[in-house]
Amino acid sequence: MSTETESLLRVRGLTKHFPVREGFRARGAVRAVDGLDFDVRPGETLGLVGESGCGKTTTGRMLVRLLEPTSGTIEFAGRDITHARRGALRPLRQDLQIIFQDPYASLNPRHTVGRIVAMPLQVNGINPPGGIRKRVQELLELVGLNPEHYNRYPHEFSGGQRQRIGIARALALRPKLIVADEPVSALDVSIQAQVINLLRDLQRDLDLAFVFIAHDLAVVRHFCHRVAVMYLGKIVEIGDRDDIYQRPQHPYTRALLSAIPDVTALGPAGRIRLTGDVPTPLNPPSGCRFRTRCWKAQERCATEEPALVPRDGGAQLAACHYPENGPIGVVTSEPVEVSQ
Amino acid sequence: MGRSETVPSGEPDRPEVPEQRTGEGPYLQVRDLRVRFDTEDGVVKAVDGVSFAVERGRTLGIVGESGSGKSVTSLAVLGLHNAKRATITGEISVGGRQLIGLPEEEVRRLRGRDMAMIFQDPLSALHPYYTVGKQIAEAYRVHHPRAGKREARTRAVDMLGRVGIPQPAKRFDQYPHEFSGGMRQRAMIAMALVNDPDLLIADEPTTALDVTVQAQILDLLSDLQDEFRSAIILITHDLGVVSQVADDVLVMYGGRAVEHGSVEQVLRRPQHPYTWGLLSSVPSLHGDADADLVPIKGNPPSLINLPSGCAFHPRCRYADRNGDRSRTEVPELRAAGEAGHLVACHLPAEERTRLYQQDIAQVGVAR
Amino acid sequence: MSLSPVEGAARAEMEPAADPVKPDEQGIVGRSPGQLAWARLRRDRTAMVSGVVLVLFVVLALAAPLIAKLYGVGPNEQFQQLLDGNGMPLGYVGGITGDHWFGLEPRLGRDIFIRMIYGMRTSLFIAFAAALVTTAIGVAAGILAGFLGGIVDTVISWITDVALALPFLIFALAVVPTVGLRFYGPREEVPPAFQVIVLIGIFAAFGWTSTARLVRGQVISLREREFVEAARASGAGLGHMLFRQLLPNLWAPILVAFSLAVPSYITGEAALSFLGIGILEPTADFGRMIFQSIPYLQTDPAYVFFPGVTIFILVLAFNLLGDALRDALDPKSSR
Repeated sequence: MSTETESLLRVRGLTKHFPVREGFRARGAVRAVDGLDFDVRPGETLGLVGESGCGKTTTGRMLVRLLEPTSGTIEFAGRDITHARRGALRPLRQDLQIIFQDPYASLNPRHTVGRIVAMPLQVNGINPPGGIRKRVQELLELVGLNPEHYNRYPHEFSGGQRQRIGIARALALRPKLIVADEPVSALDVSIQAQVINLLRDLQRDLDLAFVFIAHDLAVVRHFCHRVAVMYLGKIVEIGDRDDIYQRPQHPYTRALLSAIPDVTALGPAGRIRLTGDVPTPLNPPSGCRFRTRCWKAQERCATEEPALVPRDGGAQLAACHYPENGPIGVVTSEPVEVSQ
Repeated sequence: MGRSETVPSGEPDRPEVPEQRTGEGPYLQVRDLRVRFDTEDGVVKAVDGVSFAVERGRTLGIVGESGSGKSVTSLAVLGLHNAKRATITGEISVGGRQLIGLPEEEVRRLRGRDMAMIFQDPLSALHPYYTVGKQIAEAYRVHHPRAGKREARTRAVDMLGRVGIPQPAKRFDQYPHEFSGGMRQRAMIAMALVNDPDLLIADEPTTALDVTVQAQILDLLSDLQDEFRSAIILITHDLGVVSQVADDVLVMYGGRAVEHGSVEQVLRRPQHPYTWGLLSSVPSLHGDADADLVPIKGNPPSLINLPSGCAFHPRCRYADRNGDRSRTEVPELRAAGEAGHLVACHLPAEERTRLYQQDIAQVGVAR
Repeated sequence: MSLSPVEGAARAEMEPAADPVKPDEQGIVGRSPGQLAWARLRRDRTAMVSGVVLVLFVVLALAAPLIAKLYGVGPNEQFQQLLDGNGMPLGYVGGITGDHWFGLEPRLGRDIFIRMIYGMRTSLFIAFAAALVTTAIGVAAGILAGFLGGIVDTVISWITDVALALPFLIFALAVVPTVGLRFYGPREEVPPAFQVIVLIGIFAAFGWTSTARLVRGQVISLREREFVEAARASGAGLGHMLFRQLLPNLWAPILVAFSLAVPSYITGEAALSFLGIGILEPTADFGRMIFQSIPYLQTDPAYVFFPGVTIFILVLAFNLLGDALRDALDPKSSR
């Protein structure tokens, strides 16, 4: 983990529980996010990957303060913003922005593109040199759109172009960190690559830090410096990209990588097949949450929750009692197919 | 799945889509299918002259982006288009029976019995107010009017077990909302297969699912195909899924077929610049992660106002090499050298091979 | 049973494919959703015809004094000399002549045409005012309930339910005379302006609920949309989110609700006047005209005919325009 002084975003013990009520009585809580620790350094991209229900979107929304954390702290540029009010947050808003998944729902259909991109400037009462219009047109150009399209409406653009408008809006305040929530998963294949390349260029040119939330590990690999793999509200493995993709330690990371159908390999994908679905976060399994689908699970896994710790003193942390240590493609233990 | 690395020996060597051969022909044969919709803004040519065939025990993957006509094609095969809104011409023959022009009632009888469909979103296809088991049993009884309630139930429980749902007898009485996403998709597959259909159309069956569940479902489809020997059409935008389960691939763009051949041919020795673009723009788990992806420039075309000539020419890196032809002349789907490999491109075959080796092979599939 | 949901889903799947992708280049200035709706409305012949009819009615009502001057007959002028001994109009079809286009009222001998013009003015004024007030209240309540949620939503929804549970007619029958008595005593004459305000108040008290419910539902579905979250993530305040982000997306349902509320208040006001608790003599009013004409259904059908047909056309035109407006603003709902 990075030294604490240099991290731009510092998250400790971040937790979000959604209470479930039956009538007026609380009936427990959905533990959507359950104690996350991670750091993002300036200019760094951290990928947050996992299957649906793992809490990655909830995490992203807490980071930009669209959701109130149940507990834990979020420090941004050295300041605790966990429960900051709107007024106190205002100076930091400019540094912290979000890009949404759905290019159709994320743009107000009744506003022109110019108005949409100018919204963060107007809301924060910023009048850039040369005027708002000039700045908006610069932004449109920056994301590869025709600045003359200032007066058009979102319905006149394709999905990929709309996502570019959303990116321009996020860039309007010149942020230092952008939370990108599945920014390409709603786009056509040929458009995905355009948007990934755009984000990469922007990241390099503007030295942006990203928290990149995605379910597609191949996309994350092309965009992120570091990757955190989440399962049922917890980070099960976090580390540098090459470590995660080439020497994954957590069985879940291995299974996830193995399940991706890869064009480069004809025929059925890798050998690891998980059975069943992700358990409900309303009542997660005791001990290690992955144990119900893990082929290596022992008794200890049911009783003792594994800590997220480095195995070999390196920067790669995994929460597993029996981590793998060979390169990808080699599974150290025998049983691959398990029934529940 | 009945994958064969080489082209089947009986494949005829001619530029057209495989014709009906002597003996057992392809179970589904589609010729020159055209589907049009009249809308406020003009005529949408959703499918414009597409031909293909699927044999029993084989899987055809139809690949394309949104608006490429891939879903419209499959709905036409099932006869699910509203006759008032859609104009359908061409030939669709299922098990030797001509579908287009058949009365609605007869198509209905075929649907569910001889051919069935799996949708992307099982929640919208399963009725929320009936138990899953009841819906499967009902689907069975529609086509087996003499089957009793008990027989239908036995059959449904049997199917639920076969698609890998644990405790099928107990699950029979549960409602769709009590199933997880993967289980719902399995239930939907059970419903589609309850009448042993010979043709199964799966429209993005795994797009809404997580990768680990997707892998399970794709395995399940392969296993069931081995067991039932049905012909499968798999519609998807994910080339990874196609490479995993398909025997043949049809690439669609702007309502037309641009490339057609075995999975080996289309994904390993692709001939059309659009296929090249798809392959080189997909992020992969291998190769140089820091290299930029090579996207296809521009946006998918509007079906109302399709570019003239080759619909792909505004986005094609090599369109200039053909002079005006790419703008004026629609390229025909022609043999691309190997048997059974068809491509609709104006570029000469040798040049395509050279360009592929020179520009694509390094960054694309072979990286 | 099992086939129909599958087919339903199949049709739903087909929609995006049939939806045309917008051509990329079509001029630099885009057409707003409102302009597109206007273009669709222009192509709708029913909407155009009913629109023209309505404009005509509104112009007639607004210009009532001017018409009276041109026509040469005032609304309260009596022509007793044109009635027979029983108080029935002389001549044919209720006394239609070149001077009195729609004939005369029996007994009082007032001119029906000019009283209709004035009656229309009363009706339209009350209906428009009531629709404006109810829409304003409904929109405010609906937005607050939908956006803020929680306790605010619970309280507003509860009040809505109470208002819906009160029987409108009984309430109106009880309240209108009581309010008149409370302010003016049994002998005094209640001024027409006061009657109008009481009527608008009655409609407002009951009519805002449907708009509030409609708007609340819309806001709840919009509230979760990502463009609202984007504004929140940029630090936007409540005002910006309500008025800049949400309201522009609510104009369509509000407009439709308004255009359908007006005709219901026209008939509502007529019904109250018919029951004798609406606008009193001598102010001209549609509902009361119909009420007073009913006993003459056999002896003087023209007296019933003209006001009846006019109010029918008026309400029909409003409803047709409202439906056309809904189709134009939301083209998917019509199919």
